[in-house]
Amino acid sequence: MNGQKVARTYFFLQNLQFVAGIVIALVAAQWLAPKAAPLVALWLLAWMMNAWLAGFDTRLTRTLVPLIFGATIIALWEMIVRTYAVPPVILPAPSQIAASFAANGAILWTDFVQTILRGALTGWLIGAAAAILTAIAIDRSPFLQRGLLPIGNFVAALPIVGIAPILVMWFGFDWQSKAAVVVVMVFFPILVNMVAGLRATDAMQRDLMASWAAPYGASLWKLRLPAAMPFLFNGLKITTTLALIGAIVAEFFGSPTRGMGFRISTAVGRLDLPLVWAEIVVAAIAGTLFYGLVALIEKKVTFWHPSQRN
Amino acid sequence: MTDAATPRSRWPGTGNLLPVLTVILAIVALWYLAAVWMNATWERDQTARAGVELALPDLITLTLTQDRPVLPAPHQVAQGLWEGLAGQPVTSRRSLVWHAWVTLSATLAGFAIGTGAGILLAVGIVHSRSMDQSVMPWAVASQTVPILAIAPMVIVVLASAGITGLLPKAIIAAWLSFFPVLVGMVKGLRTPDAMQLDLMRSWSASRPQVLARLRLPSSLPYLFASLKVAIAAALVGTIVGELPAGATAGLGARLLSGSYYGQTVQIWAALFTAAFLAAGLVALVSLIERRVLARMGLAG
Repeated sequence: MNGQKVARTYFFLQNLQFVAGIVIALVAAQWLAPKAAPLVALWLLAWMMNAWLAGFDTRLTRTLVPLIFGATIIALWEMIVRTYAVPPVILPAPSQIAASFAANGAILWTDFVQTILRGALTGWLIGAAAAILTAIAIDRSPFLQRGLLPIGNFVAALPIVGIAPILVMWFGFDWQSKAAVVVVMVFFPILVNMVAGLRATDAMQRDLMASWAAPYGASLWKLRLPAAMPFLFNGLKITTTLALIGAIVAEFFGSPTRGMGFRISTAVGRLDLPLVWAEIVVAAIAGTLFYGLVALIEKKVTFWHPSQRN
Repeated sequence: MTDAATPRSRWPGTGNLLPVLTVILAIVALWYLAAVWMNATWERDQTARAGVELALPDLITLTLTQDRPVLPAPHQVAQGLWEGLAGQPVTSRRSLVWHAWVTLSATLAGFAIGTGAGILLAVGIVHSRSMDQSVMPWAVASQTVPILAIAPMVIVVLASAGITGLLPKAIIAAWLSFFPVLVGMVKGLRTPDAMQLDLMRSWSASRPQVLARLRLPSSLPYLFASLKVAIAAALVGTIVGELPAGATAGLGARLLSGSYYGQTVQIWAALFTAAFLAAGLVALVSLIERRVLARMGLAG
């Protein structure tokens, strides 16, 4: 009984300390930089709310807390730009970006189709297919695997984006060259993961297949390909971001007069920063959706894997 | 690559050397064939205009010695690399060593900033639940956003604000190396299990002591794994940051000027320098990792 009382008093004192700290910070802000006082107040208020919510740790608060945090950052951004009159050339306010996003819907959509759907998605599909087929082709040759894997791991760490100018020279300015860059960028990470996945079965499972006299094809199709799926999807998920990066960066080396990379570089030249940020918003949404889509397919395909069952 | 599933080499001690060499040889051979095939069109056009019939041996020698080939042959790239690395005084603008140094200094500066910030924020996240729930979902989601693609824009915007030189590139490199370190360190700092934490508590260790004596040491394997990713990302970020027009120094600028003037050998030489730089940096981090972990008895 007494212990509980002590704990409660302690908690109260700690809270009191916390509130006192906030009041002092606010007074100091008011005195030192009167313009910044609302900013500090908003930040502290949101932080207190999050600290309080995080204490519950339920499913609802776990989604609420990051949302509040994100909203606070955007609100602070808007307030900073307005109170300090930051020129839009350096940092446009979120409201300006949203206005530009709404006003340039048609341009953003053409750029999205050109860069994401034609360049990144096509390249990603071709690269993934090539990597999967290569992995299956070298599956029967441990010699080739031991030769290719270290090289694949090595290449995966290289700045492959640098190959973009060469491929733009070979395949022209249109989306074909962007897709080619994406193919090269996603090939090795997927290959390395797929080869590792094809090895992921244990001796007991392979013995079982052998005891049923399963030929190579049946054992591949019914045991080893399904077992490789978690590894394959790991590679596929990593490479979604790489695909977008490859497609956008390749456009800096030459492109037709549409595409996200083209628009970003020309809009920067015209100092139309809200449009640039609108393109970044599109890239962020596209990246998240692309990743989410692959993760969703993974959930359907590898429903049996421990990481998907909770 | 020495996991249990790997079949034993027939020649003990050679490991993967022979297969790797075979694959590299195959790649070089394919490269030569591709060079002949891709450069042949131009040579055929030239000779057709001159009205001369071209025999195959002549065609091969011609395609492998062009000035601006579509695909330079390996020996041309090697020659370009050698001239760039050793054939110039190091301070010359044509020296690849100088350009590599420009890129490397920005990479290392950014890597240091990003790693430091990542570790600090990870320590904060592990100790504050509200920070964890606020920041971590965004840190994970930000991995799916193609941040690298906007690097050139950051450079241009900072340049218009009067910030040029090493700092803007370092900011991009820092930003790219920040997230792998953050995510890895949060995981690493949480590896101590309840038993170990209880032991620390039974010694009435304070929070900073738990951090210094238990959490930080046990996070090191995770830290090094993410440092390897981070330094490669920092280098890529710096190179992409050198792409916007106006940059004159660094491997990225070398790539861009090569692509403007059709100097394919220059592009390939810069590309290989970047590759060696990346491999060297990752190897350096691995070396430090092995030393440190062996010293701590953590090497597996």
